Amino acid sequence: MDLAKRFAAGDLDAFETLFREHQRDVYRWIVRIVRDHAAAEDLTVEAFWRMYRARARFDPSGNCGAWLHRIAVNVALDHLRHAKWQTTLPEDLPADPAPDGAVQCETRAAIQRALVELPPRLRVVVQLGLVEDEPYNEIAAALGISLNAVKVRMFRGVRQLRQKLSEAGITP
Amino acid sequence: MSDREQNQNEDRELEQMRNLLKSAVPPRIDAEPRRDLWPQVLRRLDNAPERVPWWDWVLLGGAIVAACAFPGVLPALLYHL
Repeated sequence: MDLAKRFAAGDLDAFETLFREHQRDVYRWIVRIVRDHAAAEDLTVEAFWRMYRARARFDPSGNCGAWLHRIAVNVALDHLRHAKWQTTLPEDLPADPAPDGAVQCETRAAIQRALVELPPRLRVVVQLGLVEDEPYNEIAAALGISLNAVKVRMFRGVRQLRQKLSEAGITP
Repeated sequence: MSDREQNQNEDRELEQMRNLLKSAVPPRIDAEPRRDLWPQVLRRLDNAPERVPWWDWVLLGGAIVAACAFPGVLPALLYHL
C-alpha cells in the first residue's frame, strides 16, 4: 500500500513520513503569513493535527502537498482573524533602519500598521503576492480560489492599503 | 484611457506598492522551523479528545425522536440490523 493510502487508513508511521516531507514547506507558508516564528511553529503543529483529523476525507490519489497548503493557509488565516488586536507585525520591526536607509522607522511602522489592518483575506493575498513574490496561481491553489479571485483581492487590498497610507500621509 | 494604458497604470501602481511594502516588510527567504515539531504533533494527537462531529449528534437525535414517534418500527429496524 502506498504512503497516502496508509495515511488515509490512519497509519501513524505514514503520517510521520508525510510530516517529515512537508514540515518545512507548511511552516514556510505559515510564517510568511503570520510573520512570527513562535506562532508559526504552533500553527504548523495545528495544521498537521487538522490534517490527521481529516484523513478520512483525504483522497489518496490527490495531491497531498496542495491539500496541506490549503490547510496551512486556512490555519494561518484563522490565526490572523483571532489576532485582530495586533497592530504591528510581530517580528518585522527591527531596531536598525531598512537596508536602503530611505524608509524611516516611523514610516515603516505606519506601513506595517496599514498592512495589518487589512481584512485577513485581502492581507494574505497582498502579503504573499507583493512581499513574498509568490505567483498568483500558487496563491490561488493555496487559498482554494480562482486566479481571477486572487486578482480581485489583490486589487481591493492595494486600493485599501493606498487609502490607509494616504490617510497616514504616505504616498507610494 | 485605453485598456492598455489602464493596465500599464495598474501594473505601475502595483510595482510602487510592492517596493513600498518590501521596504517596510522584508520577505522571509530562509524561513525554517527552529526545532523538530514532530514531538509536539504527537503530544497534540494524544491530548486532543476525539470529537464527535455535530451532524452525528443531529443524526442520533433524529433517530431518538423517530423511535419515540413511531415505536412500532423498532422491531423491524432491529431485525434488519
